[in-house]
Amino acid sequence: MEAFLAQVLSGLATGGIYASVALALVMIHQATHLVNFAQGEMAMFSTYIAWSLIHAGMPYWAAFFLTIAISFAGGVVIERVIIRPVEKGSVLSVVVVFIGLLVILNAVAGWIYSFTVKPFPSPFPAEPLFGNHYLSSHGLGAIAITLMVVLSLWAFFRFTPLGLAMRAAAQNPASARLVGIRVGWMKALGWGLAAAIGAIAGMMVAPIVYLDPNMMAGILLYAFAAALLGGIDSPFGAVVGGFIVGVLENLVGTYVIGNELKLTVALVLIIGVLIVKPSGLFGRTVVQRV
Amino acid sequence: MTASKTWAPVAFAFALAVAPGAFAQKKYDPGASDTEIRIGQTMPYSGPASAYGTIGRVEAAYFQKINDEGGINGRKIKLLSVDDGYSPPKTVEMTRKLVEQDEVLFMFQPLGTAANSAIHKYLNTKKVPHLLVASGATKWADPRNFPWTMGWNPSYQTEGRIYAKDILANHSSGKIAVLYQNDDYGKDLLKGLKDGLGDKAAKMIVAEASYEVSDPTVDSQIVSLKGSGADIFVNIATPKFAALAIRKVYDVGWRPVHYLNNVSLSVGSVLTPAGLEKSVGLITTAYLKDATDAQYANDPGMKDYLAFMKKYYPDGNIADSSNTYGYSAAQALVQILKQCGDNLTRENVMRQAANLKNLQLPLGRPGVLINTTPTDFQMFKSMQLQRFDGKQWVGFGDAVQ
Amino acid sequence: MRRKNIALAVLLVVACALPFLVSNFRVFQLTMVLIYAIVLLGLNMLTGYNGQISLGHGAFYAIGAYTAAILMDRFGVPYWLTIPVAGAVCLAAGFLFGLPALRLEGLYLALATFALGVALPQLMKYKHLEHWTGGVQGIVIVKPDAPFGIPLNADQWLYFFSLALTVVMFILAVNLLRGRIGRAMVAIRDHPIAAGAMGVNVAMYKSLTFGVSAMYTGIGGALGAIAVQFVAPDSFNVFLSIAFLVGIVVGGLASIEGAIFGAIFIQFVPNLADQISKAAPWAIYGIFLIAFMYLLPGGIAGLIKALRRRYDR
Repeated sequence: MEAFLAQVLSGLATGGIYASVALALVMIHQATHLVNFAQGEMAMFSTYIAWSLIHAGMPYWAAFFLTIAISFAGGVVIERVIIRPVEKGSVLSVVVVFIGLLVILNAVAGWIYSFTVKPFPSPFPAEPLFGNHYLSSHGLGAIAITLMVVLSLWAFFRFTPLGLAMRAAAQNPASARLVGIRVGWMKALGWGLAAAIGAIAGMMVAPIVYLDPNMMAGILLYAFAAALLGGIDSPFGAVVGGFIVGVLENLVGTYVIGNELKLTVALVLIIGVLIVKPSGLFGRTVVQRV
Repeated sequence: MTASKTWAPVAFAFALAVAPGAFAQKKYDPGASDTEIRIGQTMPYSGPASAYGTIGRVEAAYFQKINDEGGINGRKIKLLSVDDGYSPPKTVEMTRKLVEQDEVLFMFQPLGTAANSAIHKYLNTKKVPHLLVASGATKWADPRNFPWTMGWNPSYQTEGRIYAKDILANHSSGKIAVLYQNDDYGKDLLKGLKDGLGDKAAKMIVAEASYEVSDPTVDSQIVSLKGSGADIFVNIATPKFAALAIRKVYDVGWRPVHYLNNVSLSVGSVLTPAGLEKSVGLITTAYLKDATDAQYANDPGMKDYLAFMKKYYPDGNIADSSNTYGYSAAQALVQILKQCGDNLTRENVMRQAANLKNLQLPLGRPGVLINTTPTDFQMFKSMQLQRFDGKQWVGFGDAVQ
Repeated sequence: MRRKNIALAVLLVVACALPFLVSNFRVFQLTMVLIYAIVLLGLNMLTGYNGQISLGHGAFYAIGAYTAAILMDRFGVPYWLTIPVAGAVCLAAGFLFGLPALRLEGLYLALATFALGVALPQLMKYKHLEHWTGGVQGIVIVKPDAPFGIPLNADQWLYFFSLALTVVMFILAVNLLRGRIGRAMVAIRDHPIAAGAMGVNVAMYKSLTFGVSAMYTGIGGALGAIAVQFVAPDSFNVFLSIAFLVGIVVGGLASIEGAIFGAIFIQFVPNLADQISKAAPWAIYGIFLIAFMYLLPGGIAGLIKALRRRYDR
């Protein structure tokens, strides 16, 4: 029983990681109806920026917020400069550009920072809460921060005029333009927000898995599964999906088929969700008129 | 094929007997000349294993130093090191290019077990020396079947056997849990461990868990290993995952006798990220000195290494044990080439590689010597066990076979 | 029209003469170009002509390669027989994967195939399959020598074998794509609902296209295994799938000759990039991908077509 509980809790901790990256994916989808394959690498790059700042002597929280700001700006720039020209084109061109971005960010990070693993500091205390053996303080802290981000997002979309404008721009760009919303800039804003969330995710993940350019590679697939499971247009769904995927991965890996097929589990999950219930657990089904 | 199996070792023995006479004239195979020795290498400079790319860089830097000092017997070493992205088909292509187009004398330290498996047969068929393979798979020390291949790393199986020996000697009634990387390196070490335990293996090993290089953490595996009730833990993991495991073992409150495999013994790149206080009591084997270990601060070999890094490879990370590794391999090669004298045929290169006697490298542990013979291609046969005391690794016992 | 036939004939003659003019190592590289051309033709069929995005075709390449390796190594099947078997296996696998893929559109299909490409190497290492796949150690196979005592070395023989196969696969593709089936595929890509309304059996065509595309890729994989003489799970990671995508984008989507340009690109550019900078190859790929999408969406084939239109008054 203890072992089971330990697996579940450890699954929640990794689930928190998936949840935060899934959140960034959902963010971009909400703003642009696109799935950003390069999300992991963007988060990784942001984390390296944070690392450089900390290494240069900046205190943790200052670097944290500065990185978020830089990532936000970076996201906006990427959308305006790189994504906008192909947005109107076919889905394939968008996917190709995403993959190109993924590959470039990975190679550049490796070139600038080398591929040796670097430890990344955590703002949370090193001792586990109440001396428990299951969840480190950082794990708990990361989950807490993810939940805070989700709540802020929800509040932003629900209660602020800007959030409303973004939702309108994504749902019905033509009508939104008619009421004066700058649709193009809404999309850029969406990307900026996603990049910022990605940066937070990266900075929470790095202390757990250590910083290296291939850090996000293992996580991205699970984050996709989480986002799909929860509903690609539901931030809450993404978080719930993340936790479910984390726990499921651990339990299936330990009790059912062994650790050697974890990626296959993610694959089956992705395909399964897409076929059986594409809108995920909490998403809305969109009906398109022909 | 069968003819050469029996013929080759006999030929080597015979050649060894007439070796002294062969030194007299200059003899060259493709890649060697009066002024240079051209050698080839494939390294994962890009892709998932690119962290190891620094090995190629430090070796190139070392050869630069040798060349600046006049070269070997008046010849400069030219290292043609190309990227294979850790992908075996690319390794095959690049190796063929190096051998057939660039006409290198031999291949030096190609990295990766799968990569080397892909070129193993090819190089032996072409009779091109496949030297100091950067992988610990046991199959690189098989002079009967593959007389042109010689590995560098102490074989993983040897390492596993050394741990097994220590367990049987000091913890013979314990229960063992093993974490291993799910590839041939991990499985090779595990096999050595099991072979060393002999018929006690089935009884003593109560849990095994593997992980993939793509896994973000190994938390789940550690939790289930702890749950098996084992009091001995054998940690067969590469640096990043070893650090994750060490930290998790401590955090879940498990205090087993903890054996750590030696690819991950670096204080700077494994134990520090894991947490030095969480690493107390770790046991490992070693054959090279760790540059971040304070006990070697005044060691002359270490000082030379640090000076070399500063001058020739300033971008290199001193804490990365890959760099001491590459440095030592390059030094061993220099010794082999020196022994070749003016006879730079591929056959003589192999002969000299199989003729290293009590070679003590500057960064080699005291007492750990390199010895090779025509029938024994393993460079390192013994290693020393050592325990971490919170600050550095302290050796105990004698070098174990 | 006649000019094109003459050009093709000249190309064929040059292709046949090449192995005698260059070193063995180059012959090996040219064989890989032919192999990639077959693969890219398959992928282009699916993505360029039929609009189904696949980021996981490396998986079918792997299945073809392993089929050939297992048959040759474990069962002693002659190399030339493994090719059609690999093709058949991949046809079935592709069709089976295409069935659930019917429900997936654009991005989601890309996502699902991406997951396939990422998960497959791990599956290949699975311990219960190890007896067949050789696990992480992989399988070593021997390149065949020229039959009937023809005076060609193994590299040259394999080149001609691949050349013959490439020509056959291309002719097949031309017949397929320039006829009714090809038009149906393109119709489905451009407007699936209208195509369905016109009587095209969208589901069947999409699944079939997946199957045929996988078959081509699998045949390429089988040839690739024989050429490289080694298969291991690490050879088939997601970067291979990405490289294929780069190939069809650079070569030219929805173009048959684009497959050759793309194949030349993915075979030789990494080597060139490697000489510029050790960390460069993938950065260069990425930059090329994005640049081509902006500047040359038709790829090299599109560029040539445009140039010819300009000068062919």
